[in-house]
Amino acid sequence: MEKFINFKSKVMPLNSANVDTDQIIPKQFLKRIERTGFGEFLFFDWRFNDDGSPNNDFVLNKSEYAGSQILLAQDNFGCGSSREHAPWALRDYGFKVIISTSFADIFYNNSFKNGILPIIVDTDLLNNFFMSAQNNESYELSIDLNNQLIEDSDNKYSFDIDPFRKKCLLEGLDDIALTLVHSDKIDIYEKKYF
Amino acid sequence: MTKKTLFDKIWDKHLVHEEEGKPSLLYIDLHLVHEVTSPQAFEGLRESKREVRRPNLTFATMDHNVPTLNRTNIDDPISAQQIETLIKNCEEFGIKLFDLASPYQGIVHVIGPEQGLTKPGMTIVCGDSHTSTHGAFGSLAFGIGTSEVEHVLATQCLWQIKPKTFEVRVNGSRPKGVTAKDIILSIIGNIGTAGATGHVIEYTGQAISSLSMEQRMTICNMSIEGGARAGMISPDEITFEYLKDKPNMENIEVMIKDWDNLRTDEDAQFDKTLVLDANQMSPQVSWGTSPGMVTGVGNKVPNPKNIEDPIQRKSTEDALDYMGIKADTNITDIKLDTVFIGSCTNSRIEDLIAASKVFKGNKVASNINAIVVPGSQLVKYQAEKLGLDKIFKDAGCEWRESGCSMCLAMNPDKLSPGERCASTSNRNFEGRQGKGGRTHLVSPIMAAAAAVNGKFVDIRDYDIDWGDY
Ligand code: SF4
Repeated sequence: MEKFINFKSKVMPLNSANVDTDQIIPKQFLKRIERTGFGEFLFFDWRFNDDGSPNNDFVLNKSEYAGSQILLAQDNFGCGSSREHAPWALRDYGFKVIISTSFADIFYNNSFKNGILPIIVDTDLLNNFFMSAQNNESYELSIDLNNQLIEDSDNKYSFDIDPFRKKCLLEGLDDIALTLVHSDKIDIYEKKYF
Repeated sequence: MTKKTLFDKIWDKHLVHEEEGKPSLLYIDLHLVHEVTSPQAFEGLRESKREVRRPNLTFATMDHNVPTLNRTNIDDPISAQQIETLIKNCEEFGIKLFDLASPYQGIVHVIGPEQGLTKPGMTIVCGDSHTSTHGAFGSLAFGIGTSEVEHVLATQCLWQIKPKTFEVRVNGSRPKGVTAKDIILSIIGNIGTAGATGHVIEYTGQAISSLSMEQRMTICNMSIEGGARAGMISPDEITFEYLKDKPNMENIEVMIKDWDNLRTDEDAQFDKTLVLDANQMSPQVSWGTSPGMVTGVGNKVPNPKNIEDPIQRKSTEDALDYMGIKADTNITDIKLDTVFIGSCTNSRIEDLIAASKVFKGNKVASNINAIVVPGSQLVKYQAEKLGLDKIFKDAGCEWRESGCSMCLAMNPDKLSPGERCASTSNRNFEGRQGKGGRTHLVSPIMAAAAAVNGKFVDIRDYDIDWGDY
């Protein structure tokens, strides 16, 4: 996995709650057997009209927000199916950070495995970010994972993250290699119970 | 000695490695694999030259995108490739596969229990969120992503941050016509789709412990729709009795002695508790685009005008808009086009028996397409032995081969835009059953009655002996 590097970017406001993984990447695109190439199908049913033309009302198609690497979303982002295709698609499209008031567990977990940092903030702060991004399309946020800070031109806001997950993101650690360090313990466990 | 919950007991026993401030390394007893979330995991193993650590604890089936008609010829080349890939991967890594030719093929969460692979006290994972189904047996079972599938294949372990525990106690007894599906929909309606985030639910109380194993599976299955990491029920005599005649149960008497100690100790502490009364529950129908948007069959669809919270109001407006339903519509005035009886929530033999009681001697309404998809080939065989297939077909339903089918519409079974479906599955997200399709989640008997009447009706008005269902 690539290391997470601090960055500054525009912010895309996706004003929906309970965005489920079926919306993030509809099932017709789950049949690929690779991990890449999902970005073009991200939010497919919202992004394109039935005739295949772009839906210009959908925020991903608004040129003002093009190139945003930060996605804002309302409560309970990523609920539903466990498909890791959802973070693959978000990452492939270019999102590195998602900010919401809460995330569904499996999605939250899958994000870290793919170098995406999901940040949980309280409702007031989220609304604040939404207002700023909706009123000013060149609004930018800086993400500083080392110091656990989100910054705009006026303020700094801190966020919480589990220290182990933070370390894995910053160092781009491969989970399996990490586990194999404990091989002896797995062997002992298996001898005891099998 | 400290009192422990079922969850605590399983968690503690499976700890391989623990360190302050870090996730814990848990041993996994059973890993189920299917065609959609596994190809990239096997590819990852190959790239890093790793083996499957315990092929004998790993089982695979093909269910998500298999056709339920004409299974020998898969038209969609990408589906066919995914299925081919699973066959090759299982051969290469020595994993037992229930393929389309197997009499035991079926939806992964139906065949695990059927084959006696699912046992109390186990840790079970699968690249599928409804793995929580297996918690009905008193196991800790949860869905994982593809990176974790690869991790479990390689190490038979998984890093987990310890979830909190949530007791959902359902007291009382169900009124007639209120099924396990209605209990779980009521629970989700009550806690919301994120109500159990970060928690493992244990369902307790008289209304739960009196359920059959199949109905308990229906409850645990939808834990994820309430946001829970997993759902579980302490094993008891009903559990042991169900397992006795299953395959892979050598020395069951000895195992039962162990399993008997798993149940949550009296006075054990949960992080939170919710108490509900089954007597107050009614048959449920979802009206919106998330499983929490649900109400009793005797009620009306909500009116966004009466909702104060702006985010909730907007979600309700969006949902009604997508569903093509006006605010304040009576549930029983909602007309349907399609009825789907199937999915890992409600496609077991008890579900089909109950649905058949409604269809017996009746016809599907002329505006309705009804399709019945058994959860496994074994369920199909059982149903045909009981003559249920004939009842369904005589009524005008289609009777199919097993698979996920219209639950997620990755195979040819799907709704067209605007089509409205009463479905026994678990998700009513936008487009879940086909782009533009509209899904109402209900129990199998509510679905069957809707098929016969062309619209929702109150199943409590039927004078049928449901037995324990
Ligand atoms: S039946 Fe539906 S919910 Fe169950 S495993 Fe298949 S797709 Fe998933």
